[in-house]
Amino acid sequence: MTLLSVENLHVRFGALHPIDGVSFSIEQGEILGVVGESGSGKSITALTILGLLHLQGGEVDSGRILFNGIDLLRLVERERCSYRGKQIAFISQNPMTSLDPLFCVGDQIAQGLVIHLGKSWFEARARAIELMRDLRIPNPEVVYDQFPHQLSGGLKQRIAIAIALSAEPRLIVADEPTTALDVTVQAQVLHLLHRMTRTRGIGLILITHDMGVVAQICDRMIVMYAGTIVEAGKVEEVFTGPRHPYTRALINCIPRVETQPGALMAIPGIVPNVTDYPPGCRFHPRCPRALPCCSILPPRTVECGDEVSVACHLYDPSDWTLS
Amino acid sequence: MSDWQLDTVRRILSTHKGLVSSVVLTVVALAGVLAPIISPYSFSEQDLGGAAQQPSLQHWLGTDEFGRDLLTRIMYGARTSLTVAVVSIGASVVVGVILGAVAAYYGGVLDRIIITIVDLIWSFPDILIALLFIAIVGPGLKGTMIAISVAYLAQFARLGRSQVLSLRGEMFVEAARSLGASNRHVLLKHLVPNAISPVVVAGMLAVGDAIILEATLGFFGLGAQPPIPSWGAMMASGTAQLFNAPWIIIFPGLAIITTVIGINLLGDALIHALNIRDRVRTT
Amino acid sequence: MTALVEIRRLDRHFEVRRSLFARAKILTAVNQVSFDIERGEILGVVGESGCGKSTLARLVLRLIEPTAGSIRFDGIELTQLSDRHLRRLRPRMQMVFQDPYSSLDPRYTVEDTLLEPLSIQGISLARAAAREKVSELLSTVGLASALARAYPHQLSGGQRQRVGIARALVLSPDLVVLDEPTASLDVSVQAQIVTLLESLQAKLNLTYLFISHDLALVSYFCDRIAVMYLGSIVEILPAVRTQPKHHYTLALMESALIPDPRRRRPTAPLAGDVLSPFAIPAGCAFASRCAAATHLCGVERPLLKRYDQGHLVACHHPVAACKSSPQSHFQRSTTDDVYRPYG
Repeated sequence: MTLLSVENLHVRFGALHPIDGVSFSIEQGEILGVVGESGSGKSITALTILGLLHLQGGEVDSGRILFNGIDLLRLVERERCSYRGKQIAFISQNPMTSLDPLFCVGDQIAQGLVIHLGKSWFEARARAIELMRDLRIPNPEVVYDQFPHQLSGGLKQRIAIAIALSAEPRLIVADEPTTALDVTVQAQVLHLLHRMTRTRGIGLILITHDMGVVAQICDRMIVMYAGTIVEAGKVEEVFTGPRHPYTRALINCIPRVETQPGALMAIPGIVPNVTDYPPGCRFHPRCPRALPCCSILPPRTVECGDEVSVACHLYDPSDWTLS
Repeated sequence: MSDWQLDTVRRILSTHKGLVSSVVLTVVALAGVLAPIISPYSFSEQDLGGAAQQPSLQHWLGTDEFGRDLLTRIMYGARTSLTVAVVSIGASVVVGVILGAVAAYYGGVLDRIIITIVDLIWSFPDILIALLFIAIVGPGLKGTMIAISVAYLAQFARLGRSQVLSLRGEMFVEAARSLGASNRHVLLKHLVPNAISPVVVAGMLAVGDAIILEATLGFFGLGAQPPIPSWGAMMASGTAQLFNAPWIIIFPGLAIITTVIGINLLGDALIHALNIRDRVRTT
Repeated sequence: MTALVEIRRLDRHFEVRRSLFARAKILTAVNQVSFDIERGEILGVVGESGCGKSTLARLVLRLIEPTAGSIRFDGIELTQLSDRHLRRLRPRMQMVFQDPYSSLDPRYTVEDTLLEPLSIQGISLARAAAREKVSELLSTVGLASALARAYPHQLSGGQRQRVGIARALVLSPDLVVLDEPTASLDVSVQAQIVTLLESLQAKLNLTYLFISHDLALVSYFCDRIAVMYLGSIVEILPAVRTQPKHHYTLALMESALIPDPRRRRPTAPLAGDVLSPFAIPAGCAFASRCAAATHLCGVERPLLKRYDQGHLVACHHPVAACKSSPQSHFQRSTTDDVYRPYG
């Protein structure tokens, strides 16, 4: 059952259009990876889903975000509050700054239960401790009363996950939840997220720039570049046979233990600034396989094989007549 | 002028606040600078027969109790006020910032000594310190300038110190040291230039304060001595004539208000201009 | 032929005092570290946060003073040099910093930044010669010479880092220490910078000390890898296809998220958090998280000993050869997540 469906989203920041025609959906209990480099618009997408875009000075131009059939973009702020935190939870990138330094961490988890589920503080505290135990936090009764600055990064992120889970949401949006963490801790936190969302049937939108994260944890993925989706599909499909030249280049420029020296392939050029996107396909100036039509016409998204879709003229037979 | 500075000037002039205040201050400054050339009368020429005259075509702003043309005296007063304020604050900024920067960079005992002296000065009200130095050096322009400089020293020393404290951990400082830069090079070529922005703004606002301080000292006869005109002294002598010749006290007062407000507005515009650039830096 | 850099028993503590009357706590950043950097090699240093690798990078250049130990650069003992002599030696050993934005003075143009090293060392060039030198440097790092008049905030992250690299090359150094030079860059830009560094090393015959937290990157780029944990080097191994012998190195390798969905790990290989650098335990620093730890490990600190040609390990019980299922090796960590928060 489709949990969330983003349809043709266009976002504007003044005269700039950081998101242009983004569409994707996520099923219940699924983990969707949103991959992109800086400037791809992935964080803005997260903000839009949560209805927090106005805080950064942006607004939605057009499009729909359907959650259980209801268009979130048409809701008034008050109504949106009943979704945020309760049905759609958020885990932000930097656990250092997302926890309130003045309150003990336990209370921050319990707060969600009190506000959204109407429990008493007593019940909420017990439930919070149970949640912390679930997340393999040792001595949860002791940690409950500790303050964020007393905890390590990995622990803080676990607390952030607990806060997100506290109101029993249907969907979690996690924006680079492990980027600020050490490698070994990153592995722990990701597996934890995986387990928690699977066992509770929660949908997880995992935003990251790290292809490794997507490959290890996600079921499906979308690849974003300069405000558009260039490729989407099941993770195995996309990794074993990347269709869009950007996806292929992105996978090839990640060094691995077995990469031969000198074999690392860099993508020439830089990600275009939102103030001057190239005409036509936004990737064409850097694309090794650009066709003449790429600089004129933006590519359509076409289905291409088993549950994979690409936005590229190379896969759109109707465009070949133009080149 | 570097690109940086030209850009700031352009930004200031593009706002209402910045444009108006720049124009007003330019007029005041020009009035002061050109006073000897364009003033209709001499500032000390007395005309006891025509004392305390209302504003008229011959004397646009009237005359004071000694028959001296008020417009002329106000123009010369601008020279006094602006010179005293700018020179004193200028000296205060230079000495204060370097003191603060040195304290912050070297730390340790040197920092403790400097900060204690600065805090001592800081804990006294400006006017008291000014009075103290006037008492030591004697009234007059020189005394006023020294007094005002010392009174504001603490502010700039603290500002310079806090700026350098936050900057000294920056990577470009480390980079300069890794290239073999001496402490002096790091301080003067990297730390102080980067610490300047808030200091410039604070300095500008302090000039406004200094004008008022100078006027206050002048009001008590401790500033520039007669016959050199000083807006404060003019207001003092005008109090006696408050009811029959109010213009003697009003016009100098207006001059002070206009100049100080102009400076504050320009300071605001400057903050805004510098902030925008800093905001651009982070994207 | 002596190594370019020889580090012996290098130590660095910091004393941290909460308040004037509290007892000082000792933060051990670098703990009795010894290693060599051979001429022309790329030595990688890998570790997680708090392991001391950034401190080590600065100690090698004596940008921070060591608490104890010796640093020999080309036979010269750095710890005994006066400030003045040290400054004159600096041109031969340069550093590229992690954050390309804050490592450039925001008020200096690219040209100013690149000419500064020359003026610091007392070399003055005529205007035309200076401009040419800047052009030459910019083209060496792949930047258009038109960027000479740009300010850092007008450049992209990748471009700024290239300027940082160019600055390090101005004085023709022998050794370049790179402190996580690609950490704050996008993956595609990272690949560009790494390719650039490869070609520069070959062209200019440089020696690199490459600090990073990314084991895959270090394995790709470096000749040898030193792995650090809580201030000590636990293993030094040749990069090419060497099976790690220290349990921590193995855990690091297995924690790396491989961008290949066909090779998924069902669980995280290592549980728990890194111990606080305020309380380095006696014995092996990794013992509390290690499946193979014995009583000896808690008592006696293992020294870095030769395991094989070019391969050194500091472990009482190195990983046995041919561990076919490394997963079973970490049985303890998957069923019993031991955790110790900081403080």
